Amino acid sequence: MSHWPLLSLVTFLPLVGVGFIMLARGDAETVARNARNIALSTSIIVFVLSLVLWLEFDPNSSAFQFVEMAHWIQIGGFSINYHMGIDGISLFFVLLSTLLTPLCIAASWTSIHSQVREYMIAFLVLETMMVGIFSALDFILFYVFFEGVLVPMFLIIGVWGGPRRIYASFKFFLYTLLGSLLSLLAILAIYFNTTPHTTDVVAVLANPHFSEGLQRWLWLAFFASFAVKVPMWPVHTWLPDAHVEAPTAGSVILAGVLLKLGGYGFIRFSLPMFPLASAYFTPLMFALSAIAVIYTSFVALVQTDMKKLIAYSSIAHMGFVTMGIFAMTSEAVQGAVIQMLSHGLVSAALFLVVGVVYDRLHTRDIARYGGLADRMPNYAFVFMCFMLASVGLPGTSGFVGEFLILLGTFRASTLECFLAATALFLGAMYMLYLYRRVIFGTITRDELRNMLDLTPREKAVFAPLLLLTLWMGVYPNSFLAPIRSSVDNIVQRATTARKAADSALPSTAPGSATHAGIEWPALHHWLWTPASAAVTHRE
Amino acid sequence: MPIVPLPDFGPALPEIVLAIGSLALLLIGVFLGERSTRLVSWLSVITLMAVLALCGTFGMPHRLGFYGMFVTDAFAVFMKMLILIGSAISIILSLHYNEERHIDRFEFPVLILLASTGMMVMVSANDLLTLYLGFELQSLALYVVASFDRDNARSSEAGLKYFVLGALASGMLLYGASLIYGFAGTTSFAGLASMFEHGVTPSVGLVIGMVFVSVGIAFKCSAVPFHMWTPDVYEGAPTPVTAFFSVAPKIAAIALFIRFLVEPLGGLLAEWRQVIVFLSVASMVVGSVAAIAQTNIKRLMAYSSIGHVGYALIGLAVATPDGIRGVLVYMAVYLFMNLGTWAVILCMRQKGRHVEAIADLSGLGRTHPGLALALGIFMFALAGIPPTAGFFPKLYVFLAAIEANLVGLAAIGVVASVVGAFYYLRIVKVMYFDEPVGAFDRPFATELRWVLAVAAVITFFYVLVPGPIAGGAEAAAASLFVK
Repeated sequence: MSHWPLLSLVTFLPLVGVGFIMLARGDAETVARNARNIALSTSIIVFVLSLVLWLEFDPNSSAFQFVEMAHWIQIGGFSINYHMGIDGISLFFVLLSTLLTPLCIAASWTSIHSQVREYMIAFLVLETMMVGIFSALDFILFYVFFEGVLVPMFLIIGVWGGPRRIYASFKFFLYTLLGSLLSLLAILAIYFNTTPHTTDVVAVLANPHFSEGLQRWLWLAFFASFAVKVPMWPVHTWLPDAHVEAPTAGSVILAGVLLKLGGYGFIRFSLPMFPLASAYFTPLMFALSAIAVIYTSFVALVQTDMKKLIAYSSIAHMGFVTMGIFAMTSEAVQGAVIQMLSHGLVSAALFLVVGVVYDRLHTRDIARYGGLADRMPNYAFVFMCFMLASVGLPGTSGFVGEFLILLGTFRASTLECFLAATALFLGAMYMLYLYRRVIFGTITRDELRNMLDLTPREKAVFAPLLLLTLWMGVYPNSFLAPIRSSVDNIVQRATTARKAADSALPSTAPGSATHAGIEWPALHHWLWTPASAAVTHRE
Repeated sequence: MPIVPLPDFGPALPEIVLAIGSLALLLIGVFLGERSTRLVSWLSVITLMAVLALCGTFGMPHRLGFYGMFVTDAFAVFMKMLILIGSAISIILSLHYNEERHIDRFEFPVLILLASTGMMVMVSANDLLTLYLGFELQSLALYVVASFDRDNARSSEAGLKYFVLGALASGMLLYGASLIYGFAGTTSFAGLASMFEHGVTPSVGLVIGMVFVSVGIAFKCSAVPFHMWTPDVYEGAPTPVTAFFSVAPKIAAIALFIRFLVEPLGGLLAEWRQVIVFLSVASMVVGSVAAIAQTNIKRLMAYSSIGHVGYALIGLAVATPDGIRGVLVYMAVYLFMNLGTWAVILCMRQKGRHVEAIADLSGLGRTHPGLALALGIFMFALAGIPPTAGFFPKLYVFLAAIEANLVGLAAIGVVASVVGAFYYLRIVKVMYFDEPVGAFDRPFATELRWVLAVAAVITFFYVLVPGPIAGGAEAAAASLFVK
C-alpha cells in the first residue's frame, strides 16, 4: 500500500465525486437524489481510505509519513513543490475532516431542499481543502488550501444560511482573508530569510534560525491569521454570526474542523519556527486565552439562541487550547491537540443536536423549548452525553484534554491554571442551564407535543461521534500515542532553541546586545528603501 | 552628401505586416461595402494571429532596428503576444454586439488593428520619438473606437472625454520628452542608459522631464491620480470597446512604463521609485475603495482595473528581474480573467437590450448556472483567492516587494486586496444569494460562449500548469536586464 499516493488520494478523491455530481442529469428531483448519493458514497470511501492512513501510521516516529513530493511551480529561483505528508498531529485532523464530512452530508439529507447539487459540491470541495491544509508541507501549498477553504464555506453560509447570512458570510470571509494575507507576507519573508531560499515546511523546521527581532514580526503575522481562525478574543466576533447563520452542517464543519486550523497553525509553525518569539508573547497569549475562557463563558450564559450559546462555548474551549499550546510543556500541547479533537467531535455533535430540533421546529430560541425529555427520550440521552462531554466529565474526551492542559499549564503558570479552572465551573453552569431549559420541565407548548424522536438516520449520525467521544475519554492512549512523539519533538526543539538563546545572550559581542531588549527591525524605510540600502540588499 | 544606408527593417517585421494588413483590410472593406464586416473582422483576427506567430518566431533574440530606435527582445515579444491576443479576442467579442447595435462597420476591426500596431511600436520603442509615434498611433485609433456608437450620446461623450484628456496626457509626455532631450542631449534610450550607468547625478530638469513622461504613461494605464477618465469612458464606450480598453492599451502602457523606467532610467531608480510607489498605493486604495459604491458593472470593472494596475506597479517599483517578472505574469493572467468577465457582461441581455446594473445579475446562479460559475471563477480570481490564477501574480509581486524590503508597500497591497475582495464577493453574493429577477436572453452568441469557456478554463486550471506563462515571463524579464 505504501507505494500508493494514499495521501493525495484522500485529498483529491472528493473532487472526483464533484466531477460525477456535475455529470448528473435529469429533473431537479433526480439530480438532487443522485448528488446526495454520490456525495455520501464518495465521502465514505474517503473516510475508509483515511482509516488506512491511521492503520499504516507508525506512531513511534515523529517524522512526516506518507510523504509525496513533486515539482509544481518553478519561476526563476522561486520554486514551489507539491509536498505532502502527515505526522501524528495532522493525522487525526485529517481523520476528523474525513469523518465529519460524511456525517454532515448525512445530516443535511432532508434539511437542504434547494440547490442540493451545488451544496454537495461545496462540501466535497471543502473536504479536499481541509485535508489539504493538514497535509501540505509547503508553505505556498498550505496557503492555497488555507485560503481556498474560504470559498466553499462562504457559499455554504451565504446560500443556505439563515436570515442574516449575507452579513455573516462577508464578515467570515473578510476577517479571515485579512489574517491569512498577512501570514502570506510572513511566508514570503521566511522564504528570503532561509538559506537556501525555500518555502518547504520540513526544510524550515529542520533549520529555523531567524533572528529574534524577525521572529517577532513573523510570529505576529502568523498570529493575525491563526488568532482569527481560533478565534481568540477580541477577533472572535465573526464566529457567533457565522455559526448562527450557517446551516447545521456548515456549523459542524466550522466548529469541528475550521476552528482547529488556528491551533494547528500555532503548533505546526509558530512554536517550532519562532520559539523565541513564542516565549516572548506567551504572556500575551495567556492573557488573551484567560479573557476568552472567562469572558465568553459569561457571554454564553446569557444567550437565548442555542447555536450562539454553543458558539461562545467553542470560543471558551479554544481559549483552553491556545493556553495549552503556549504553556509549551509536552503535556499541555498534547492536551491541546486532544482538546481540539475532542472539541471537534463534541461541538460538531452539539450543533447536530441543535439541528435536530431546528429541523422540526425551525427555531433555535431556547425559550421556545422545554420538557423535550418526555417526547424525545433518545434525543435527551444523546444531548446529555455530549453536554457532559463538553463540560469535561471524566470518562468523556473533554476531560482528557482539559486535564492534560491544566496539568501542563500548572507547571508554566499557576495563576493561568487557576483562571482556566474557573472556566470549568462556568462551562458546567451554562451547559447544564441550557440542558435544563431545553430538555427538562413540563411541556407547555402544543407544538412540542408532536415532536418526533430521533430517526434512524439521525441515530446513525450520532452513533460514531458518541462512540469516539467515549473511546477518547476511556482509553485516550490510542490517540495520544501517535501525537506524543510529534509533540515531544516540537516542544523539545522550542525548549532547546530558547536555552541556546539564553546561554548565547551574555557571550554576544559587547555593545550589540548588552541592553535588555532585543531590537525589532526598524519600521522606517519600509515604503521605499533609500537607493543605498536597496543596492546592499540586492547583493 | 553621405549615403545613408537603408535602416534594418527586420526587427519591425511584425509591425510592418500588421500595418500593411490593416490597410489591405481597409481596402477590402471599402470595395465590398458594409456587408463585409464579418469577413473583415475574421480576417483581422487571422492577421493578428499570423503576426503573433511571426513575433514568436523571429522576435526572441535581442535586435535593434531603425538605427537603434526600435528594439525587439523577449520582453517585447511577451507583451506583444498579450496585446495581440487581447485585440483578437476583443474583435471576436464585438461581432455580435455591433450587429445588434447596428454599428457593425468594417472600420472597427481595422481601427483595432491600427491601435495594436501603435501598441506594438510602444512596446518596442528604444527612443523617445518611437515611443511618441506608437503612443499617438494607438491613441488616435482608440479615440475613434471609444465613440464608435456615434449616434449614442454616451458613447460620443466617452470619446470626447477620452480625446481631451488623452491629448493633455500626450502633451505632457511630449513636454517631458523635450525636457529630457534638452537636459540630456539625446532621445535614445541607449544614450540615456549609458549616461546614468556610472551614477551621474541627474539635473533637476531631467528629473522633471522623467516625471512628465511618466504622467503621460500613467494616464494611459489609468493609474491614480490620472484615472478620472476611466470610469466614464468605460461606462460610455460600447462594451466590446471597453473590454479592449481594459486589456490591450493597459498592457501596452505598462510595458512602456517598464521599458522606459528600467532601461534608460535604470540608474535613477531612487528617483522614480517614489513616483511609482505613490502611483501604486494610490491606485490600489482608490481602486478598491471607490469600487464599493458602484452599481454599474462597467464602472465597477473600471475601478477594478485601476486597482489591478496598482498591484502590477508594485512589481515595477521593485524593479528587479523578479519584480518585472511579477508584473508580466500579472498582465498575462489579468488578460484572461478580465476578458472572461467582459464576455459575461456581453451576455447580459434582457428582452433584446443590454443591461449593465449589478442588480441584473441577481439569482444568476439559478437562472444560468454555467454563466454564474464562470463569473464566480473570474471574481474570485480578480480578488486573488487561490487556487484560481489570480492568486499567483499577486504572490509574485508581493514576493518581489518583500525581497526588496518594501514591506510597507506589500502590506498596503494586502489590505487593499481585502477591501477589493469585498466588491468582488458582492457580485458572487448577488449571483448566488439573491433571488432571481429575470433570466437573460438565450441563446448566448456562440463566440461569446467560446471566449467565456476558454478564459474560465485558463483562469481555473492555471494552477495545474503554471509553467508556460511563468517561463515566458521569466525569460522576458531577464531580457530587460541583459546589458
